[in-house]
Amino acid sequence: MSAISTLEAPAPAQPGTIDRPQRDPRASTNSVFEVLGSAAAGMALVWLSFSVAGLSAMFGQALCSFIAFVIIYALVSRSRHGVLVMKDRLGTLFVWAGSAAAMVPLFLIIGWLLVRGLPVVAAHFPHFLKADAADSGPKAPTWTAGVGAAIVGTVEQVGLATLVAGPIAILTATFLNESGSGYSQVVRLVVDAMTGTPEIIAGLFVYLIWVDPRHTAGKSGLAAAMALGIMMLPFVTRGAQEVLRTVPGSLREAGMALGAPHWRLTMRVVLPTARVGLITIAILGVARAVGETAAVLFTAGGSAHAHFNWNPFHGAQLDLPLYVVQFANSPSGNEVKEAWGGALALVVIVVLLFSLTRVLGSGSSGGARLSRWFLPPWRRLSSRSG
Amino acid sequence: MALDTGLLPLDHPVDTDTPLPLKPTATGADRVFRVVLAACGTTVLVVLGAIIIYLVKYSTDAWHKVGLKLVTSSHWAPPFDLGILGALVGSVVIALIALTVALPVSVASALMINEYAPKRLRNVLVTLIDLLATVPSIVYGFWGLVALADYMYGTTKFLDAHGGFIPLFRTPEAGTFGHSIFLCGLVVAVMIIPIVTSISREVMARAPRDACEGALALGGTRWGMVTDVVLPYARNGIIGAALLGLGRALGETMAVYLILSTTNVLTPAILGPNGLGSISYLIAQNFTSYPEMVKSALTAAGLILFATTLTMNLVARLVVKRSAGDYA
Repeated sequence: MSAISTLEAPAPAQPGTIDRPQRDPRASTNSVFEVLGSAAAGMALVWLSFSVAGLSAMFGQALCSFIAFVIIYALVSRSRHGVLVMKDRLGTLFVWAGSAAAMVPLFLIIGWLLVRGLPVVAAHFPHFLKADAADSGPKAPTWTAGVGAAIVGTVEQVGLATLVAGPIAILTATFLNESGSGYSQVVRLVVDAMTGTPEIIAGLFVYLIWVDPRHTAGKSGLAAAMALGIMMLPFVTRGAQEVLRTVPGSLREAGMALGAPHWRLTMRVVLPTARVGLITIAILGVARAVGETAAVLFTAGGSAHAHFNWNPFHGAQLDLPLYVVQFANSPSGNEVKEAWGGALALVVIVVLLFSLTRVLGSGSSGGARLSRWFLPPWRRLSSRSG
Repeated sequence: MALDTGLLPLDHPVDTDTPLPLKPTATGADRVFRVVLAACGTTVLVVLGAIIIYLVKYSTDAWHKVGLKLVTSSHWAPPFDLGILGALVGSVVIALIALTVALPVSVASALMINEYAPKRLRNVLVTLIDLLATVPSIVYGFWGLVALADYMYGTTKFLDAHGGFIPLFRTPEAGTFGHSIFLCGLVVAVMIIPIVTSISREVMARAPRDACEGALALGGTRWGMVTDVVLPYARNGIIGAALLGLGRALGETMAVYLILSTTNVLTPAILGPNGLGSISYLIAQNFTSYPEMVKSALTAAGLILFATTLTMNLVARLVVKRSAGDYA
């Protein structure tokens, strides 16, 4: 901004933000009228032709109106401002319409979840979240069912997976970041390739190595946790790698210059510095694992009507995605409603975790306060002072 | 000015200080630490190796007994006829439909976030796209089954009635819609939008700003800047992003599981039920309920799927990484 500030290090730009030239935010009256006029003309034209042809299709009419609007707008722009402006306007239209189209399904899904799921969850309020669906048949009213058993399963399975995969992933990321050997290149390549592993393959694999040899006793929360862990491992590793890359090299060098051995440098300087980012990526991994369904399809094995099973190491266990999948496919209308309730619970959990990552990553004071929660008690004091 | 201390010959430039010949020696604890780190890194390799070994081992039976008929026949009637061609083609078709829909939308979203949106809107958009990525696939599938099928009913019917001269836009059984490959493709498209968008955004952000501003300064429009600077620069990256999305779409299971009908018939028609299948769905649906030979055949299908997605991911990552060095 000014020449004086050249002495200071430039403020780290937020990743992905671009320094864009200033534009005049005001649109001229003429151009506004051109948009509105073209839109009105397009809609009127399509309405007229649909009425004459006796057609009635909401979606079709909207689509045709939009196409008519684009064509009229293009013609108007071209005749008034020339080809370049026309192209620019059509491009802008494409960008706005495209990004709006990406948002439409999200809002529709949230709307459906609220409309269909909220009544089920809200009836006799905490009951749906606390009960299991063991005593509820296909014809029983929705309030006799519940996702309590499923939530227990989800928490235990994802918890187990995170406990094992999380630390391994973070240490792997450290390894990839600190070592430039050929071996680490291979590992990096494999991690990259594994991030897109289809869930069903993880489920299939755990079924083959764990469930199948144990026959009926193999399906358990533990097996599901293994499949989830396989899904989490590459995802968290990649994310943690990106996070660790942001630790300034000067910190590392300072530590080395002070004579710190490698392990102390990593454990006391690098990882604590990247703490918030690492926690964020781990929570993001948890949020994804919570919703993973195909991975638990063959491995958790719980029926949606199962009783509570608190022990993840023994016996089939239910979890939220399984609950939703089984009831969504049910011929009973009531069970489909319960599936919407389960889906709402699932999405609420995921969105809560997601919001947590946003608060942590925002760099606000609230985020900093929150991140202190994740420190061990003996470090909380010291981090406040320093 | 450096002082002449007499230690260096005067014609010697001062800044050729060489560091002391220290040999960094690791302490014992350090060696243990490095072994631990390397061991953690090895876990991923072990997992990958184990997956491949087990998939190969369990599928040998099918390769021996059924042979190539496994992938050349589309007749799936377990436990006797084990041809998965219908499912293989179906998976590819779903992924292609998804990509066709998702790619323009994703590129538009990426451009919106990077170049068009006002600052506030940009942050909101980034959050929403990330949120789109965290919504579980099962929820997308459920919504696609219940809601999207209804929304698209009229459009599907219209396509069938007026586009039916193209074999693609027909229904396998006349007059029945829904539960189709087409619907699966649309739902999967929604699911791959986030990843394609975020990677396109990253590569587009690397487009040199001086060239962008130069384009504007020469009187180009913003769209001109996008088509002449940003997109050519990001082309490879966008191709990589598309490949990555394709890989995801190929492996997507639950949305397809809920929506698609159960058949694996080889047909070009995508608008109705009882047509093509999908690999992941075939596995999810049949795996636990049939004898060993069927399991073996399904494992073979899983192996093909896994190999394909692994390769696609690798190629995509390489392409994206390459595109970073194109211009700089």
